[in-house]
Amino acid sequence: MHLLDNESPAAKARAAALGKASSVPKISSAGPLAPPSMDHLDELEAQSIYILREAFARLKKLALLWSLGKDSNVMIWLARKAFFGRVPFPALHVDTGKKFPEMYAFRDRFGKEWDLDLKVEPCPPIDAVDPTLPPAARSAARKTEGLKWALNKYGFDGLIAGIRRDEEATRAKERVFSPRGLEGEWDVRDQPPEFWDHFNASPPQGAHLRIHPILHWTEADIWAYTKREGIPIIPLYLAKDGKRYRSLGDQDITNPVASTASNIDEILAELDATKIPERAGRALDHETEDAFERLRVAGYL
Amino acid sequence: MNMILPTASISATPNGTTRPQVRIVIVGHVDHGKSTLVGRLLHETGSLPDGKLEMLKAVSARRGMPFEWSFLLDALQTERDQGITIDTTQIRFRTRSRDVVLIDAPGHAEFLRNMITGASQADGAVLIIDALEGVRDQTRRHGYLLHLLGVKQVAVVVNKMDRVDFSANRFKEISDEISAHLIGLGVTPSAVIPISARDGDGVAEITQRIGWYKGPTVVEALDALEPARPLAELSLRLPVQAIYKFDDRRIVAGRIESGSLKSGDEIVIMPAGKIAKIKTVESWPVTPVDGPQTAGRSVGITLDRELFLERGDIIAHVGQSPRDTRRIRARIFWLHDKPLTKGEQILIRLGTKESRATVVAIEKAIDPGALSNEENKAIARNHVGEIDISLAQPVATDPYTENPRTGRLVIEVNGRIAGGGLVLSVDAGQRAVPVDIVPVESALRPDERSARYRHNGAVVWLTGLPGSGKSTLARALERKLFGNGGSPVLLDGDTVRAGLNSDLGFSAEDRAENIRRLAEVATHLARNGHIAIVAAVSPSAVDRATARRIADTAFREIYVATPAEVCETRDPKGHYAKARSGGLPSFTGITNDYQPPANAELTIDTSTRSVADGADEIEQLLKRTGVLFDEVVDLAANI
Repeated sequence: MHLLDNESPAAKARAAALGKASSVPKISSAGPLAPPSMDHLDELEAQSIYILREAFARLKKLALLWSLGKDSNVMIWLARKAFFGRVPFPALHVDTGKKFPEMYAFRDRFGKEWDLDLKVEPCPPIDAVDPTLPPAARSAARKTEGLKWALNKYGFDGLIAGIRRDEEATRAKERVFSPRGLEGEWDVRDQPPEFWDHFNASPPQGAHLRIHPILHWTEADIWAYTKREGIPIIPLYLAKDGKRYRSLGDQDITNPVASTASNIDEILAELDATKIPERAGRALDHETEDAFERLRVAGYL
Repeated sequence: MNMILPTASISATPNGTTRPQVRIVIVGHVDHGKSTLVGRLLHETGSLPDGKLEMLKAVSARRGMPFEWSFLLDALQTERDQGITIDTTQIRFRTRSRDVVLIDAPGHAEFLRNMITGASQADGAVLIIDALEGVRDQTRRHGYLLHLLGVKQVAVVVNKMDRVDFSANRFKEISDEISAHLIGLGVTPSAVIPISARDGDGVAEITQRIGWYKGPTVVEALDALEPARPLAELSLRLPVQAIYKFDDRRIVAGRIESGSLKSGDEIVIMPAGKIAKIKTVESWPVTPVDGPQTAGRSVGITLDRELFLERGDIIAHVGQSPRDTRRIRARIFWLHDKPLTKGEQILIRLGTKESRATVVAIEKAIDPGALSNEENKAIARNHVGEIDISLAQPVATDPYTENPRTGRLVIEVNGRIAGGGLVLSVDAGQRAVPVDIVPVESALRPDERSARYRHNGAVVWLTGLPGSGKSTLARALERKLFGNGGSPVLLDGDTVRAGLNSDLGFSAEDRAENIRRLAEVATHLARNGHIAIVAAVSPSAVDRATARRIADTAFREIYVATPAEVCETRDPKGHYAKARSGGLPSFTGITNDYQPPANAELTIDTSTRSVADGADEIEQLLKRTGVLFDEVVDLAANI
């Protein structure tokens, strides 16, 4: 039997027994919580702003990776909050050239409206990428190469990226400030300690850091915040003909999921009930057991 | 059946505003069953994504291994191969009244840094112990670290009860041992629970086999944990992250670590002790905002006056400020390969402040995993200890017992975090500033003074043998600066010894105190816009280093390197003659105890150069290094 048959007589009896004599110290209960002055979204926001400001204070040349998706749009919003309306570093779009037209339209409009210092950088052709990777991962790996080109071109020492721990198992292992090697690679086995919001912010000469200001958010948090703040979204996230995109990548390796959610409230209700992972529609995650990890170790987001 | 609330009462924001979220770390010795417990918890709470269990079972079958719950967490290739958890993983599920974020932390000693990374984010902890193996070194070590990390809510689970035939006696033995250990550290376990994570006993249900146990299940224990609350009830602490001047506002940005603030509040900026008022609380897209801002918020404020403040300062309310100190005692854990030893140069981070520091003493060094604590001179990797640290700059901090947020520090070595711990006490007898003393700020702003004098404040420190020409040079420089409208003040070592320092002799201690006082007075003058010209033999390199620390960026060291023979022939005060006849036993010059500076800003040999040339050179140095204004400058830029 599973949990939470809380209404069963046995559970009730035991709960009553807990309140009386017990062989172990009683679980402390400080009574009802006082109404918190900050809600869950306020806490997430405050933490992300703290991280963005730390990155800006401690690194010399930052860029924010703008993938045009829901997560990086929230991230730009948070950066505007952190710096009182102005994003004080470039927004970098490493463009595979294969995004949806709606995504390009979104970029062109809000790049201007949000007064971003937008830098669009190309990716190399598929032939230039590790041929041993499975097809979708190989296609996605173009972005890693494009990122390396952009890093060389501008000499960024910090890249702000909108990954989240709940998206995917290897991302759960990430640090908030994540050092990369000279080739942009990630050494999972030798990550420095990170605690109490103190971050390792001294990349060796020529290497860079990834900074993850929304690592602690969930997919539902992103939508709840997007709704609360009124952040614009790409319409592809909303259901059309019984399907919507939960996650947006390249057109040829991203698939919609079955859904009837036509607004954010409905998305939230849908997420609450689903057990299907967010990146289910992203082909590159599912090709082989370790394809995504290999991509990430090599510097993929 | 699973444990998620009836759908009717679920809000539209599942991880949103209605349910408290608690972060829980599972710690304990390697192989005592952490990952298995996590896997089991996910299953029992109906939190597994569809198909995940089947996929993992297939993976196990493909590898010819029996299915293990721990595979669920061991998502990385490398982990599955080694059979241990390398890094922290975060997984979410729900109990009856909580959203739980589970942080799985590695038990292997090699990966203590990852355990700490995970545990530091937790509101509560589950410490897991193998019923057969009992309390092991890593069990004790993790218990100790929970204390150092400030995790107060700890539930203990005794796992693998199936391997001891669900023996109530064995359970009691372990329960007593670990409770004694934890209570000794000031951590009282909220529950000690017998379980079999593999079979499910005690996880979500009290089965027949542990029918003798009357306490909560693991899920019930998790459900009772409270989220860490921001420290709104403590005094205001706002560590400054940055000062932004993106437009005409000068916004001081930071996160409120404790207390609250609002516009109009009288604040003090520590460690300098400057006073100001909060003019506005800035925000975006709506600004300014009214009403108090409480602990946990990332805010921006403007002040009613243009004070110099910088990243690392702490803003507090007047009368409730943190201590200002250069000396800290701390209890730390050490993660670096190389043991921490006395005399080591480290970098300390306290909030947003960073300062170079020296380890003055290692007062305790123990292996928290060992039963008997052998004391050592150095703190080895994965060990803990108590140290006395001397900081290169004054910092603002609180003992952790008074403020757990501002009373903790991390130590960096070669740009990488190497340890961390709690501030036990500050000041160690030095410069104790009672909290109710509020230094009175000058009525004049630095830019008002520099506009008149056409220079910034500085400490020009002339060191060299008696008779080397320090006082002569100092007087020439004083005349020159004054002639240009500046405000130089001469502090001659002998002159000050006649008054302020008349209680001091020539022992090493007294000499050190003599230099410290000279440096403090000179620094006070420099902060008020004057150029303090100090002429003092100051033979000890350590004492001069102290002076440099006190004056900090205002310090300019001039080595007057006139050869000893020349100095003795000059003998302006007759000291050499007296010393030669035995009348001055500790006279620097004869005793060869002068330690020449290695990194003076300028070296002048007055035997080969005229006094006027020497003074010129110093003037050039002051121009080059931003003390004297060469051209008319934008004074506002220096604020």
